[in-house]
Amino acid sequence: MSEKNYLTADFTLRSWFFTTDHKRIAILYFASLIVFFFIGGAAATAIRIELATPQADLVSSDIYNRLFTMHGIIMVWFFLIPSIPNTLGNFIVPLMIGARDLAFPRLNLMSWYIFMLGGCTTLFAIFAGGVDTGWTFYTPFSTLYSNSYVIVAAAGVFIAGFSSILTGLNFIVTIHRLRAPGLTWYRLPLFLWSLYATSVILVLATPVLAITLLLMATERFFGVGIFDPRIGGDPLLFQHLFWFYSHPAVYIMILPGMGVINELISCFSRKQVFGYKFVAWCSLAIAAVGFLVWGHHMFVSGQSLIASLVFSFMSFIVAVPSAIKVFNWTATLHKGSIHFDAPMLYALAFIGLFTIGGLTGLFLACLAFDVHATDTYFVVAHFHYIMVGGMVTAYFGGLHYWWPKITGRLYSEYWARTAAVLIFFGFNLTFFPQFILGAEGMPRRYHVYPPEFQLWNVLSSGGAVILAVAYLMPVFYLGYSAFFGRRAPANPWDAPGLEWQTSSPPPEFNFTVQPVVTRDPYQYNEAFEAEPQNA
Amino acid sequence: MPDSSAFAPQYASIPHRDHTAELGMWVFIATEVLLFGGLILAYFVYRHALPQGFAAGSRHTEIVIGTANTAVLLTSSFLVAWAVEVFSPATTRIVTWLLVGAACLGLVFIALKGIEYSREYDEHLIPGIDFQFAGPKANGVQLFFIFYFIATAIHALHMLIGICLLLTLATICRKAPTTRHHTALHSAALYWHFVDVVWIFLFALIYLPGRSTS
Repeated sequence: MSEKNYLTADFTLRSWFFTTDHKRIAILYFASLIVFFFIGGAAATAIRIELATPQADLVSSDIYNRLFTMHGIIMVWFFLIPSIPNTLGNFIVPLMIGARDLAFPRLNLMSWYIFMLGGCTTLFAIFAGGVDTGWTFYTPFSTLYSNSYVIVAAAGVFIAGFSSILTGLNFIVTIHRLRAPGLTWYRLPLFLWSLYATSVILVLATPVLAITLLLMATERFFGVGIFDPRIGGDPLLFQHLFWFYSHPAVYIMILPGMGVINELISCFSRKQVFGYKFVAWCSLAIAAVGFLVWGHHMFVSGQSLIASLVFSFMSFIVAVPSAIKVFNWTATLHKGSIHFDAPMLYALAFIGLFTIGGLTGLFLACLAFDVHATDTYFVVAHFHYIMVGGMVTAYFGGLHYWWPKITGRLYSEYWARTAAVLIFFGFNLTFFPQFILGAEGMPRRYHVYPPEFQLWNVLSSGGAVILAVAYLMPVFYLGYSAFFGRRAPANPWDAPGLEWQTSSPPPEFNFTVQPVVTRDPYQYNEAFEAEPQNA
Repeated sequence: MPDSSAFAPQYASIPHRDHTAELGMWVFIATEVLLFGGLILAYFVYRHALPQGFAAGSRHTEIVIGTANTAVLLTSSFLVAWAVEVFSPATTRIVTWLLVGAACLGLVFIALKGIEYSREYDEHLIPGIDFQFAGPKANGVQLFFIFYFIATAIHALHMLIGICLLLTLATICRKAPTTRHHTALHSAALYWHFVDVVWIFLFALIYLPGRSTS
């Protein structure tokens, strides 16, 4: 092990903070995202503790508003959106396409600095006094009435948006231009198709959020009415512009998760992905149709009935490519030689949770039901099933899958499986009761509620404790493995992807010899012939 | 090949590097289209809601300065295109001067914009800072001027970035131009033309509505 890899190439601080190596930048993102995840998680824990009793025992209503806003802002913008693209994507994309780095390495480093600047700005707003608008910054509350650090928080989100755009741009150009010889589009791993679709959304939707936040800040700062109806402004326009970004943002979160799941399901059932082309194009279909459904967040806002009907219809349509993916995963599992390693457990959990989240999404896309369920815990449960049950589970699965490649070490399979099972259990116990709460009419964002809702809230809070413990577990066993774990071989899963054909951890420029691709991806029956050269 | 060592290891060749850089700029322009697109969409929504106020606001803009600026900007775009066209190690002098010329025209644009802003300040047309406009259409006029200032300020910011780009390239081209700089120049030119195109849209949206009728 005297050979130098990207981790041992240099040990100075300078070599980390001025690196242009995509793998090191991925590690930088990874470290910062852990911090954001646990800050957001701490807020969630406080919320769940407060909700264990019907009265306001723990925090005042004002603090409660700031808590759920902090939870939302941090989790959405500083964890869920950047997580898979910026950590796993940054690390894996060049490896998967046989490139030596991303197309624009310095831009990549710059986007991390921009991200940190945005994150610190938002954290400053939160710790200087907090924001009570909810993560959506709805006007006119955010511009006229809210007595909090709205502009600073919005500025942080605005800045982080540039980081998203630059990362998306980098991925698009890299996937177009830096593929290894022989790696045609239909030989791309599906993770890359999903990241490509994600990047298109990042590039096209994020600027609209930027301009929306800018308009909002202008209104608040100069006291002029853009969204203030008193002088002709229109609060609905804010919602239109905001959701034009923020609905596609859900696909920014879930599409990379789906991409990870393709890799995991295929690898641990030792089978080619069923319907490769359908899965690939479904990513792009979700990205495209995802731009046309934003109005389903506004069914009760007073938009026209025709608009609501059209958005309802489009929301049903977007479920089709998502469902195709789920059917393809189950078809891949069918008659597969299934190995229940930790990443596979996460993948199976993903399929279950994402399916529940997706099906309840159909409930909410249905105009009549949505009017009843708007702003209840049903909605909260639904989007947590997608964003946490889906995205976070996939992130953990991908992290375990590529952990040997990233660190060159193996983790404890026993603890990893335990954590996976606990996450699945804790998650369902936390969020399934919220469907029932919502159906019974408990509104979201209230910290005091009638006593008859207490049973379900206690169950939910209990589940949150289990979930919190389960999320903390990887910190310990993965942290331990990073320093003391057994050395990983180059290809611990016998997977055919290009990223497994270089040593673990990879050398500074990924490959010693330019790889040439001659086969389709996911050829698991031939994986043994393609044993890596330097295992 | 003057700069064979000048391309990073992820590229296979110099043309590969150059085409990659160019694609990057096109994708960046796509995000910019959406940035201004969101703004222009909001403008259309409000103009549809308050047509008379927007027409009245538009008539209070300085159309002479706006027209002059359009001419200035188109001319500078022409100079940049010219510089891209003639770029070679043998033409460093003319390329440098063309770029400096284009940057100067950009500065002229900013200066004229400043004059325009100061006149609007004198007429109390800046929303949020002592806005005064009497009459039933005041709300629409104020909203028009909000959009006018936001759109032109963002555009001017893009201009400033572009001017810095052009001047940097002019300095480099004077010393030792290589193929890498041709690509950089080409990308900067794409950006400059894009800023120019945005202005043409803004010109039509800001200065022209309501001018044909009184």
